[in-house]
Amino acid sequence: MNFNLTEEQQMLQDSLRRFLANEYGFDKRRDIIAAGNGLDKPTWNAFAEMGLLGYTLPEEYGGLGGNAMDTLLVMESFGRALVVEPYLSTVVLGAGIIEDAGSEEQKERILPKIASGEEFLAFAHQEPGGRHNLDYVRTEIQKHGADYILNGRKTAVLNAAGAHYLIVSGRRHGRPTEPVSLFLVNHDTSGVEIEEYTTHDGHRVADVILDSVMVSDDDRIGARGQAMPIVEKGVDRAIAALCAEAVGAMEALNETTLDYVKTRQQFGMPLSKFQVVQHRLADMFIAAEQAKSMAILAASMADSDDRKQRREAISMAKALVGQSARFVGQQAVQLHGGMGVTDEMFAAHLFKRLTLINLQFGDADYHLGQVSDGLLKSA
Amino acid sequence: MDLNYTPEQEAFREEVRRFLKDNLPKDIRERVKKRLRPDKAMTQRWQKILFDKGWGASTWPREYGGPGWSPVEQLIFEEECALAGAPRQLDFGLRMVAPVIMTFGNEEQKERYLPRILSGEDWWCQGYSEPGAGSDLASLKTRAVREGDHYVVNGQKTWTTLGQHANWIFCLVRTSNEGKPQEGISFLLIDMNTPGIEVRPITMLDGEHEINEVYFDNVKVPVENLVGEENKGWTYAKFLLGHERTGLANVGQWKAMMKRLRDIAEEQPDGDRVLIENTRFRDRLAQLEIELCALELTVLRVLTDENGPGPQASILKIRGTEIGQALFELVMEAVGPDALAYIPDALEPDYPGSRVGSPDATPAAGDYFNMRKLSIFGGSNEIQRNIIAQRVLGL
Repeated sequence: MNFNLTEEQQMLQDSLRRFLANEYGFDKRRDIIAAGNGLDKPTWNAFAEMGLLGYTLPEEYGGLGGNAMDTLLVMESFGRALVVEPYLSTVVLGAGIIEDAGSEEQKERILPKIASGEEFLAFAHQEPGGRHNLDYVRTEIQKHGADYILNGRKTAVLNAAGAHYLIVSGRRHGRPTEPVSLFLVNHDTSGVEIEEYTTHDGHRVADVILDSVMVSDDDRIGARGQAMPIVEKGVDRAIAALCAEAVGAMEALNETTLDYVKTRQQFGMPLSKFQVVQHRLADMFIAAEQAKSMAILAASMADSDDRKQRREAISMAKALVGQSARFVGQQAVQLHGGMGVTDEMFAAHLFKRLTLINLQFGDADYHLGQVSDGLLKSA
Repeated sequence: MDLNYTPEQEAFREEVRRFLKDNLPKDIRERVKKRLRPDKAMTQRWQKILFDKGWGASTWPREYGGPGWSPVEQLIFEEECALAGAPRQLDFGLRMVAPVIMTFGNEEQKERYLPRILSGEDWWCQGYSEPGAGSDLASLKTRAVREGDHYVVNGQKTWTTLGQHANWIFCLVRTSNEGKPQEGISFLLIDMNTPGIEVRPITMLDGEHEINEVYFDNVKVPVENLVGEENKGWTYAKFLLGHERTGLANVGQWKAMMKRLRDIAEEQPDGDRVLIENTRFRDRLAQLEIELCALELTVLRVLTDENGPGPQASILKIRGTEIGQALFELVMEAVGPDALAYIPDALEPDYPGSRVGSPDATPAAGDYFNMRKLSIFGGSNEIQRNIIAQRVLGL
């Protein structure tokens, strides 16, 4: 056992945090969100220069050969600064899936451009009504000569509008009994319509409508009907990344709350002198530390090919992180009093991000259910 | 003991229900049920309809134009209004400043202010909290200095809910620095159109403008706008807070929300089933049903207590706000990923654009964020626990 960072990881963390502290302040972030596309190009280019965008990719595709533990460090730092740029969708999910299951041609065409920051990816899998159920896919795949036609609607697709390629899941004739296949869809293919929205926490999500979208056999990712394991692994990696981001946001929220209660005077003394406040802060600290432990577990398992063990660890982490994020978020707002529910406080934005992280890729209840079902002997 | 409603109370419920069916305008009901952005005209329109029926102030005695209902009848009325989708009436006038004026005001004040509160002509807001005086309300600094036949008020109030619509504000002001902080406070009624008053919006974390700061710069207030005695305002303030807290139990609203939540769970797809079939979710609904039932009975016990609501009102405030927050949290979790999108335009009636998921998803996250205020305002829940510890348990 060793929970220490390597010298390289420590340097990565230090330089990233320094960059974000200097270049990604509250007002800057607000401007980026207001600009509407959730992407500040100079910031993205700086990430590329730091090597972040290819950190986990193999060296032959312009990457640095890192793993999910490195993603943990990046996402934790992003969580502290509430970075809204499409790292999760492009680098963690998109590039991760292509690296795992893409053809050689797809990897060569796409991955170097991800590492260099030139192109973006989006994972279009979830569908309306699916809620947290990962295998709920009704998008239709129909054979059309040597090609395929896709019809369906995807929802909660992160950063779809800016993506050069969408990774789209579907089933033959949309039948639930048919296995899932994945296709790489170029964003300007005819029949792709994107309705994009800002989220409550300043990110970008979209509904993607696929109306007779033509793809070829070369666009498939992985073997026909064999995509569910690819989807699961990609999503598990995204969950591990979100857990890390939540930990960063919780740590930042605890720090800013601690500062606030030390300064805020009521009844002739700082709030921090009241025992009820001290115990609350202690519980918030405990919650964040427990979440951090589970985020580390998730990162250590995210690249594993042992499906059962990996999925169990990921669900345990997401459940506990979701619960902790809820507690820390709500209590931080409470301790800020009225200020905590205003738009001007960074704490309120950390709270919103933590709330929305819980709603993505399975909430705490859903993952508790996954762990619970796993306890059945038949599972 | 008998937990059943009497036949008279059942008949009363039927009467209220019939009235609401016939008189609550459809556009208002739709707007409330869909939790769209509230609107001043809507609140005033509904107040006028109730006023014309003689039901403008459910909690007022007959001598001031109220219906003279018992506490149980008041609760029935509130519950039926909430279930029917009636907008919330404005508490600041009806349930906060009015009881203070009735109890501590002089005849002239009663005649001047109460009828206009009842009819909805005046829109009141609350001037209690200040940037430095939140939970520690008695540390407030807004000063009122007597100069001849008026006071000159200087200072700043904050968290003024719907102050942007108000033409009157009731304020706690400091009139003396002698003795304990509580001893130098007075209760003033101030016309919002007086020169020197400035209202500035505060954007909340849900992106909405509901709250304001109110600045007072040499604002001249006639001495006849003082309620009761100078420097006795703290007594009136506490009296008012007792009324506010009883109202914050909000049982009627939460019962309507519970019904809405159940409807959502019956409709919301959860993959291949509907959400109500998800036992993990259903257990949480059931838990809330139990807690709400316990709260309702506790409210009835407190309201029918001949000694009136004492410090026990703090139980209602704590439990009422916790249950309310849990309900909105569950609505958000019910719609799940559909709650992510922030589409503020979709909170207006007749929004023509596209939305994500069902209309229930549109306000879900914003409501959840906004409702965090419940455990903070009206005396934070930490302060309520202090009140229970000190005044009920004698610690």
